[in-house]
Amino acid sequence: MSGNEPQAEPRHQVNWDWRAAGNFIGGGSGSGLVILAALASGTGAPYWPLGFAGAVLVGVGLFCVWLEIGRPWRALHVFFHPQSSWMTREAFVSALLLPVTLLAALAAAPFVELPAIAGGAISLAALLAAVYLYCQARILLASKGIPAWRHAALRPVIIVTGLAEGCGFLLIATALFGGAVVSPLVLLLLMLLGRWLAWRRYLAGLTSAGAPVKALAALNEATPMINGLGHYAAAVLAVAALVTGDFGPWLGALAGAAAIAGGWRLKFVVVARAAFNQGFALPLTPVRGVGAPGPGDKPGWNKSGP
Amino acid sequence: MTRFVMVADLRRCVGCQTCTAACKHANATPPGVQWRQVLDMETGTYPRVQRTFVPVGCMHCANPPCEDVCPSTATKIRSDGIVEIDYDLCIGCGYCAVACPYQARHIVHKRDLAYEKKGAMQHEEARFDEGRMSVAMKCNFCQSRIDTAKETGQTPGVDPEVTPACVNSCIATALHFGDRDDPDSNVSSLLAENQTFRMHEELGTDPGFYYIWDKKS
Repeated sequence: MSGNEPQAEPRHQVNWDWRAAGNFIGGGSGSGLVILAALASGTGAPYWPLGFAGAVLVGVGLFCVWLEIGRPWRALHVFFHPQSSWMTREAFVSALLLPVTLLAALAAAPFVELPAIAGGAISLAALLAAVYLYCQARILLASKGIPAWRHAALRPVIIVTGLAEGCGFLLIATALFGGAVVSPLVLLLLMLLGRWLAWRRYLAGLTSAGAPVKALAALNEATPMINGLGHYAAAVLAVAALVTGDFGPWLGALAGAAAIAGGWRLKFVVVARAAFNQGFALPLTPVRGVGAPGPGDKPGWNKSGP
Repeated sequence: MTRFVMVADLRRCVGCQTCTAACKHANATPPGVQWRQVLDMETGTYPRVQRTFVPVGCMHCANPPCEDVCPSTATKIRSDGIVEIDYDLCIGCGYCAVACPYQARHIVHKRDLAYEKKGAMQHEEARFDEGRMSVAMKCNFCQSRIDTAKETGQTPGVDPEVTPACVNSCIATALHFGDRDDPDSNVSSLLAENQTFRMHEELGTDPGFYYIWDKKS
C-alpha cells in the first residue's frame, strides 16, 4: 500500500508540451494526407493542393519542434545520430519528404503540368510519408520513461490515425475542389474502424500491462470525446454522405473534419496529458537487523508488478 | 574493463539528504534541480509499516535509453560506464528526459536564483555556467574527479579526492562507489556479500546503481 510518498509516484513529465503534440498532429496529418494524395492521383483527381497542404502540415509540425528545443540554432545537430535515434531518422526523412512532396505538387499544378515528373514524385512522396509516419510512432515507442508511450499497441494507433486524418483532409478537399466521393468515404470508414479498434486495444493493453493511474485516468477521461466525435459522429456522417445525393460531398467533408478533430484530440491527450513518468518502486524493503524483508511498493500504479 | 557503479545500502541510509546538499555544492545545480536526491518511501499497512530512504539519480545504465534516442550524440557512454553529456552538442530537445525511466535529466531554460529579490549570491555568480542553460544535464558521477584518478594513481571510491561528492559526504556510509569489474574493489565485495536489486531492472536498462537490502545468508 502506498503511504504519503508523492516523490516516488509517477509525475507528469515537463519537457514535452503542446509543441511536441503539435509535431505529432501536424506530421501525422500531413504524412497521411500525402499518402492519400498519391492514392487520389491514381483516380485522376486534382491532387496538387493536397500535396501542398500535406507538406505545409508536416512543416508546421517540425516548426513546433523547433520552437520546443532549448537550443534552436543548433537544430542541425538533430542529424547526428541515425544509428539509433528515431528523431534523427524522422529528420532525415523530412528533409526528403518536404522537397519531393512540393515537387510532386508543383509538377501536377495546372500552371506547370509536368505529368512525367508528377506521377513518380507523388509515389515517392507517399513512400517517404509512410516512413515518416512510422518514425513518429517509433519516437514515442522509444520513450522508455513514459509508460503510456512505450506500449507497443500505441504504434498502430499513431499510424492509423495519421491515415484517417489524411482521409479526412481528402474529403474536405473533395468538397472544395471536386472529385470522387464514394471511395474516400469507404476508405474513411475503414480507417475509423481501424483506429477505433487500435485505440481500444491500446487502452486494454496498457491497463493490463500496468500503467500510472493518472495516465490511465487521462486517457479514459478523453476516450468518450475521441470516440463520440472522432469515431461515432464521423462514421454516421460518412454513412449519411454515402446515402445522400446532393449533400454527399459536404457531409463527407464534415465526416472528415470530425475524424481529424478526433485524431488530433487523441494525439494531444497521449502526448500532452497522459505523459506520466515511471516513478520509483521498491521490489522489497530492507532487512534491518534480523527477519524478513517487508513488502515492496510501486506507488501510483494500477498494478504492483513490473 | 572498468564499470563504475554506485551501491546504496538501504539498511543504513537515514534520509539526511547530506548527499543531496553535497552534490548541489559540488556541481552548482540551479534551484529545483537535484542530481542526487533521496526519496522517503513509506510501505506496508498499519501496524506493519516501514519507511525506506532511497537515494536516486542517474543510474549510469549500460544500456541507456537516453543515449539511444539522443539525436545529436550529445549523450555518450564512456568506456568506464559513465554516461556523460556534451553540453556543446546537446540541442535541448528533451527526448533523453522522456526516455529516462529514472527522472535523472533536467533542462533549465532560465537562470533561477535562490533569492531572486536579493540578486545572485557570490557563489551563484562565480559558478554560473551559460553552457548548461537549455540543454540536458544530470549526475555524471563527478567525472572530473574520476578523471583525476588517472593522473594521480588514486582509486575512485577509496580515495576521497577522486570519489563522487555524495559518497564522500554520506554520514552513514550508506553510499559506495567503485569499479564493479575489479573483483577486489569495495563495491565488488559489497555485491558479493549482500543481496541487491536495481531500480526498474525489468526495463532492460542494466543500471549501474545497486541497492543492498540484506546480507547473503
